[in-house]
Amino acid sequence: MQKDFSAEVASDAKKVPRRIAFIKARTAARVKESDEEMAMTFPSLVVKEIIAFEIMVIVLTLVSLFVDAPLEWIANAEHTPNPAKAPWYFLGLQELLHYFPPVVGGVILPMLAVVALVVIPYFRVNVKREGLWKDDIRHTFVVLVTVGSLLSFILLLFEVYVMLVPTLVIIGCMLIPYISRKETGSIGWLGSRSLSWWIMTWFVTIAVILTAVGTLFRGPEWSWTWPWEGLY
Amino acid sequence: MIKRMFERLFQSQVWRSMFRHGLPESNRTRAETVFYNFFLHVHPTKVRKRSIRFTYTWGLGGLSLGLFIVLTATGALLMLYYRPSVPQAYWDMKDLQFVVSSGQYLRNMHRWAAHAMVAVVFLHMLRVFYTGSYRSPKEFNWVIGVFLLVMTILLSYTGYLLPWDQLSFWGISVGTNMVRAVPFGMGETISFLLLGGNVVGENALIRFYVLHCFIVPVAAVILMGIHFWRVRKDGGV
Repeated sequence: MQKDFSAEVASDAKKVPRRIAFIKARTAARVKESDEEMAMTFPSLVVKEIIAFEIMVIVLTLVSLFVDAPLEWIANAEHTPNPAKAPWYFLGLQELLHYFPPVVGGVILPMLAVVALVVIPYFRVNVKREGLWKDDIRHTFVVLVTVGSLLSFILLLFEVYVMLVPTLVIIGCMLIPYISRKETGSIGWLGSRSLSWWIMTWFVTIAVILTAVGTLFRGPEWSWTWPWEGLY
Repeated sequence: MIKRMFERLFQSQVWRSMFRHGLPESNRTRAETVFYNFFLHVHPTKVRKRSIRFTYTWGLGGLSLGLFIVLTATGALLMLYYRPSVPQAYWDMKDLQFVVSSGQYLRNMHRWAAHAMVAVVFLHMLRVFYTGSYRSPKEFNWVIGVFLLVMTILLSYTGYLLPWDQLSFWGISVGTNMVRAVPFGMGETISFLLLGGNVVGENALIRFYVLHCFIVPVAAVILMGIHFWRVRKDGGV
């Protein structure tokens, strides 16, 4: 709601001089009347920041006292460990390299991920974020099943089961509100999720699973190794 | 008596020359505490109650900055004991473990804070996505944020080589081999530029050291400055 004038009296009238402002209609400056509750930055926010920082330093200190950073033998170009692993945040990529040719797994897919992240705010569907099934239900269904089948087919072709299974689960979740048209409860909640929400959730699930598989489940020759058979 | 001593102190000219406002007892002086303080002036004097609720932001952006500060402090101390050459780098790590007082602790703190920062920055990005906080006018700040995530990973990755043990050497070899896959011969060029040669060696160590301790941190600090400034200008905390 936009008013033509705004009046403010400070909450702390005893110590703060009274201020009152009148802005006549049709002035250049627009005054927005906001009902949002405000708090003083000091102490409300600053105290929270200090507590959060202190807890973080305490946790880091405790971890650092009891868990030592790894240090192996001196670097030796003659002696390749099996498997040779990158740091954990790249193991998702290394896992991709196991399935796809290096140009796809090591260059195209990570580049696509970064570009997709950068452009998120510039697409209207990401800004409006309406429920996936809000508009033309049949059209959405056809597009979703087509894209889902195509993606699953590609993953099946390259035998990427660690991506195929979560992809199918997520597409299944997307379809639940189509099958059961309930508008309340958890189904209603699923139905109100937007396309961008689903894509991001899919991306994060895949990234976490690939990273976890690369870190915990891969041993010599990048073969499947259970964590209790040894961590590499 | 003590109370009166403090009151005299707070009213003295020396104190007043440093802090130009009284104790934050009224909303006016509370506002001035933020407004006249170099470190706090990134914040507005008042904030929306909704936006400082812990379960809205989970403090992830602030914690990323906190981790960066911890990493800068521990990193500067580690630099005192570390020489980026082969094989001294590795022996300096051994000295940190067994000779330098609290050296192992210092290194642990740097290592774990670095891993935590990669995770926390990523989680911060997820929070901003799921609360839809990239919407206009904050589109470009989201883009800067994505680059800050890339910077964080670069910082962590360039630091990974410095201990010069088997873990670092082969971790970096695997990563730079991925870069080689970039088509049109560009991969070879980028990899050569990064390593100062065709294999991970002494040149790579000094390059990663300079990237890790100077070039990437400076770039990250500049991006962080813009990131925080825009958060504030777009009406955030």
